[in-house]
Amino acid sequence: MTRRPLRVGRLSWRVRPRAVTLCVTGLVLLVLLMALNMRIGEIDMSLADVLAGTFDVNSPAHFVIMELRLPRALTGALVGMALALSGAIIQSIARNPLASPEILGVTTGASVAVVAGVVASGSVNSGVSGLLATLGVPALSLVGGLLGAAIVYGLAWRRGLDGYRLVLVGIGVAAVFTNVKFWLLTVGDVNDTSRAMVWISGSLNARGWEHVVPTALALVVLVPVTLLGARSLDALRFGDDTVTALGVRVNLARALLILAAVLLAAVATAAAGPIAFVALAAPQIALRLARTAQPPLLCSALVGGVLTTGADLIARIAFSPIELPVGIVTAVLGAPYLIHLIWRSRK
Amino acid sequence: MRLQAAGVKLGYGDRLIVDGLDLGVETGTVTTIIGPNGCGKSTLLRALGRLLKPRGGEVLLDGKRIDKIPTREVAKVLGMLPQAPTAPEGLTVADLVARGRHPHQTWYRQWSSDDEGAVAAALDMTGLSDLAERPLDELSGGQRQRAWISMALAQGTDLLLLDEPTTFLDLAHQVEVLELVRHLHQEGGRTVVMVLHDLNLAARYADRLVAMRGGKVIASGTPHEVLTEDLLREVFELDAKVIADPVAGTPLVVPIGPLTARP
Repeated sequence: MTRRPLRVGRLSWRVRPRAVTLCVTGLVLLVLLMALNMRIGEIDMSLADVLAGTFDVNSPAHFVIMELRLPRALTGALVGMALALSGAIIQSIARNPLASPEILGVTTGASVAVVAGVVASGSVNSGVSGLLATLGVPALSLVGGLLGAAIVYGLAWRRGLDGYRLVLVGIGVAAVFTNVKFWLLTVGDVNDTSRAMVWISGSLNARGWEHVVPTALALVVLVPVTLLGARSLDALRFGDDTVTALGVRVNLARALLILAAVLLAAVATAAAGPIAFVALAAPQIALRLARTAQPPLLCSALVGGVLTTGADLIARIAFSPIELPVGIVTAVLGAPYLIHLIWRSRK
Repeated sequence: MRLQAAGVKLGYGDRLIVDGLDLGVETGTVTTIIGPNGCGKSTLLRALGRLLKPRGGEVLLDGKRIDKIPTREVAKVLGMLPQAPTAPEGLTVADLVARGRHPHQTWYRQWSSDDEGAVAAALDMTGLSDLAERPLDELSGGQRQRAWISMALAQGTDLLLLDEPTTFLDLAHQVEVLELVRHLHQEGGRTVVMVLHDLNLAARYADRLVAMRGGKVIASGTPHEVLTEDLLREVFELDAKVIADPVAGTPLVVPIGPLTARP
């Protein structure tokens, strides 16, 4: 909780040394894990080869690194950061550590849209599915995610937005979406649904620059927006009357922050499918490591990147040569860790 | 008069609680609104603090409609402490009080030396400097309420609205909080408007009383003018004797219950 004033001329901030240390450590760890990830592929490379391939144009590994391995590693890192940042915002607004983009309808909405798209197009014409897989799936996911969020937000709005109401409506809508998804999977063609299954567990397999660029752009725009809103987010922990009295436009601030969280989660899900638990666990891990009262935004994002990249590394080497979808690993690892955190904080 | 309500209609949902009320808050005084439960006194205070938008009429701050002034600018001149405010778990007193600086800060000016000074002064004025690093949940009810008032003070406003600042406090802590309010008024010449339940404390600590019933102002003036036996009957449906408070000389309400045994 200790904060030090940092003043430069008329500019001034309060800095938590612990959070700064955590962010720097997270960044270093993230780069290291990305490099380890980039070793793996058709031919395994040494770290030196990875380094040379990344920075030396004449290296024989340059093409493979730049076209295949770096974009995959970057997608993982960026998607993890976006999901975690989204989770941090939603947990702060809902004043609930168990809130995540799932309860905003984003991930479940995206899943329904993608499964519906894959099932529908697959049975009409199998030729369409190939094109759909590369171009259509992210688009469907984005549209489905935003629609899902709009439905939850619309149902939860009642002359203002209440955190608990949002969580309850979100859980209800997520349950409906999940069941629609299962129904679609049972009526669909087996070949189509198995392809859809890989996507809905969250996978980083064969991700390229076309996945990196939209996610990176979203982060470039939304991270500063979120950081500007961080003061309002911090204030929103208090009752609405108190915050209004302090001159915060409560409903506007909340709506903008939720919009940012929805966009972050939707873009991340469009790139890699609904990777489970990162948005839920990363902010809580960051909060405990930084010892802050609510999830620190930048630290959460970096922890999210580390979690996703680390999970992908495990997904690729645990049952080598079989590669698991990263979402399976985050779910398997994330769930017990979260239970552990909750159990420990209760003591 | 810096803060005024002119013909305000206030309500929640379909229910209209206040239907056309006028009130001017005299600058530099402590005004206390009294009245039976559900008479609309808290509703009125919320409207004066722009927490509730009037259905009709207007609230004026320095001659301008309060809802037309950016809420942040309002927060620089008018502080408001809502009824039974809640803080996040584990928050320290210093962090709570620092929150009062919010309207003066921007993303690039989050903790200026002005902010630091205002927080230290607010803690000092409320006698909480020694408790600054303690979590709010560990304080007594009176200390906690002082911390919230301290937050409103750090906001550095001349106008201060307090919604039932003494609820849930025992008598000693009620006096402690109201003495602080009086002190703030005498030291800084602040204008205070508050809602209180206890008539005798209201009479002792207010310069002006506003008595409400059924969403209307029935009487306003000095405690001596307002707290009469007739008014108590009209506003509270209470038979009472009003005598002089032996300590302060202000009106003291002594209720007469029909079953009360008399000597």
